[in-house]
Amino acid sequence: MNDQRMDEIIGRLLRAGVSIAAAVVAAGGAWHLASPPPGNPHALTVIWAGLLILVATPVARVVFSLAAFLMERDRTYVVITSIVLVVLVYSMAFG
Amino acid sequence: MGLARRLMSPLEFTAIVVAISGVAGFLGSLTGLGGGVVVTPALTLLLGVDLHHAMGAALISVIATSSGAAAAYVREGFSNVRVGMFLEIATTIGAVVGAALTAILPASALSILFGAVLLYSAWHSLRQRAEAAPAAPDPLSARLRLNGAYPEAGRMVRYTVGRVKGGFAVMFGAGLLSGLLGIGSGAMKVIAMDQVMRIPFKVSTTTSNFMIGVTAAASVGIYLRRGYVDPALAMPVMLGVLAGSILGARQLIGARAHALRLVFGAVVAVLAIEMIYNGVHPR
Repeated sequence: MNDQRMDEIIGRLLRAGVSIAAAVVAAGGAWHLASPPPGNPHALTVIWAGLLILVATPVARVVFSLAAFLMERDRTYVVITSIVLVVLVYSMAFG
Repeated sequence: MGLARRLMSPLEFTAIVVAISGVAGFLGSLTGLGGGVVVTPALTLLLGVDLHHAMGAALISVIATSSGAAAAYVREGFSNVRVGMFLEIATTIGAVVGAALTAILPASALSILFGAVLLYSAWHSLRQRAEAAPAAPDPLSARLRLNGAYPEAGRMVRYTVGRVKGGFAVMFGAGLLSGLLGIGSGAMKVIAMDQVMRIPFKVSTTTSNFMIGVTAAASVGIYLRRGYVDPALAMPVMLGVLAGSILGARQLIGARAHALRLVFGAVVAVLAIEMIYNGVHPR
């Protein structure tokens, strides 16, 4: 693993996450609007799933960076990335 | 929920939100202001959407647009991943504090602050940019391996990163505003890197984009738990802003950009003043 390779993978990961999230949210939205008012609760669940994929995308980028810095044996950045990950997990669980 | 939403069918409401968010995303990316900071006042002022719900939906859209844009910048070698990672310590902690404050501060105060930040961002994006002088070397940036290189005219240009502690402190403020207002706070992130740390402008803007998603992710958990994210609103806002900003990014090269910036700056200033007015005189 080198920095260029890491940039390449981060780029792909971000693009994939946003594309999948947008597709799932759009599918859920279309289903929601096609259902008679007040809409379909299952459709809202699909929208939620898409939104959670989106929120998970930057978190996955941080997790991947941590793995990459571990492979590069870059101890300073293993520590830095771990701190960011701890803050993210804390905010999702207890914030 | 807003009056407009009660009077419209879900389909009409969604279509109008997609249209408004699309325009906000298009103009936000064209001017570098960001779609999130424009869509919140548009939804609250034009459709009467509750401020917290508008902020929640905008925060979701911010994650989508910044991650989408960052994907390209990172692969092209513009974003400095180490600078981003290091400064994300400051922005994520700031964002958690900011998001926690949204429950304590009254909506009127948030509205006034939002207007003020919007005014400042508009002014910041309109200013003519001059590249800051190169950084005086900071021993900390060598130790943290922050110095980097970016592609320009087919070759790699090296740069050094200065005033690491100062940039870190400003980034905490950027995170705070992001969590507090549900925005990407790209303008303040760029100030920290471009003005304080003297990182080349192109690297500053693309690294800011790279950081916005993680910063927003640090406050979105709190927004979700408080019920500020309404899926039926977040869906059209996210899709509209995302589509608009992808179109806007393609137009960036256009020469008419300056005239458009001026018009848009004036519109944003009006929105900002209305946000402040609504904060001072709650309806």
